[in-house]
Amino acid sequence: MKRFEGLPREIIALRVSQEIEDNSYVNLGIGIPTLVSNWLEGREVILQSEIGMLKTGSLAEGDQIDQDLINASCQPVLEVPGTVYFDICESFGMIRGGHVDVTVMGAFQVNPSGDFASWMNPSRGLNGVGNIGGSMDLACGAKKLFIAMEHTTNDGSPKFVRELTYPATARKKVNKIFTDLAVIEVVPEGLLLKEIYPGLSVEDIQSITEPKLLIARDLKEIEL
Amino acid sequence: MDKTVKDVEEALAGIEDGAVIAIGGFFAAGVPRILLRALAEKGSKNLTLACGSGPLLGAKDELNALLSKRQIKKVIDSYGLFRSATKGAQHPFEQQVRAGEIELAVYPMGTLAEKYRMAGAGIPACFMPVGAGSMVEGATITNIEENRQARETRVIDGQTCILEYALKPDFALVHANAGDPEGNLCYRKTAWNFNHVMATAARVTIAEVENLVALGELKPESVHTPGIFVKRVLKVPRISFDITAL
Repeated sequence: MKRFEGLPREIIALRVSQEIEDNSYVNLGIGIPTLVSNWLEGREVILQSEIGMLKTGSLAEGDQIDQDLINASCQPVLEVPGTVYFDICESFGMIRGGHVDVTVMGAFQVNPSGDFASWMNPSRGLNGVGNIGGSMDLACGAKKLFIAMEHTTNDGSPKFVRELTYPATARKKVNKIFTDLAVIEVVPEGLLLKEIYPGLSVEDIQSITEPKLLIARDLKEIEL
Repeated sequence: MDKTVKDVEEALAGIEDGAVIAIGGFFAAGVPRILLRALAEKGSKNLTLACGSGPLLGAKDELNALLSKRQIKKVIDSYGLFRSATKGAQHPFEQQVRAGEIELAVYPMGTLAEKYRMAGAGIPACFMPVGAGSMVEGATITNIEENRQARETRVIDGQTCILEYALKPDFALVHANAGDPEGNLCYRKTAWNFNHVMATAARVTIAEVENLVALGELKPESVHTPGIFVKRVLKVPRISFDITAL
């Protein structure tokens, strides 16, 4: 059981969107990150999709759906003026080459060094294989890597851990984590608690976070 | 030069048991469905299907046909498993992977793309920063333990890099929106994805095209895959499928 009720997933996505500056190129992963796009409409932000598309439009519905036009999560999307398509090597050249300004991904676990795990859930019991997809490429090339996730698992276990127990996606890459209960920055000394869900105390957050948190001097409630 | 073939039999001629075959497509987009169906029909066995990002998840009927005849020995992919653990556990593909009856080898997507690109461009290997500090650095990732191979690494400009080799398939099956008799190809929207790079990589590239056009009809500066990379061209109907049903 989760101990605290916090922001719904859509609102975590909203908080992430506030951290994305205008005139950025952004790649959004599967899960909560995908929802960030709902809050970027009308903003000067261009979405890169690793399937080979720049300026990805919003989700397509009904008659708008084109079977040759999907995002990297296999959802039908729309083309907009300025959309560009390209082949997969070009796409990953953009990603690995550091041309994407902000990457937002989900994660199973994050540790105080900014390592994170997202590609394999060992409990699926598949003899050491999983879906890497573009996650390691995106993390490797990220100029700024945000993680958007629930603060704990559904059964209340911490996702902020001292050491990863799931296989790592990348090491020392995470900059900031946005959860339903907090905003946490990875700093050289560890995890810095910067924002907190209204009504919760630092002790509440610490009680569901395995590593000892550093507390920002200007700690505040999550503002939307 | 006329590379058009009259039917699927001619298109897949020479594919023998044990062949390594690249399959274009990214989930449901740009998958060579007609050629995959023909491959199931042909019944070749012990196949290695070299994918990019889940074309077999996007072409489930074709996957099921290949599975029911036990044609697949190995799949190479970056995203080869169903996203939902519950759905996956019920699917024969995952069950055969779990039982070790099918080998699944997994690479980061961009690394896999580059392995095909190197094969097509005559580069035997490169040092790749992606995957450093993960299981990718320790050994190749596969469900078959005895096939896990140790990796060579080198630190370049302070960054640990992994030696990745070119991946040269015997055949590539690709899907294009338009092609001409000399094998010049154009892809549509995000159905481009892995099709071009796989066409460059294989010894024999077989393209299914929705529109077979006369020489000169494709705008020369807009061709995505120049015909030099393509051996056979098969005109196919455009198949409609429900992309939201995946």
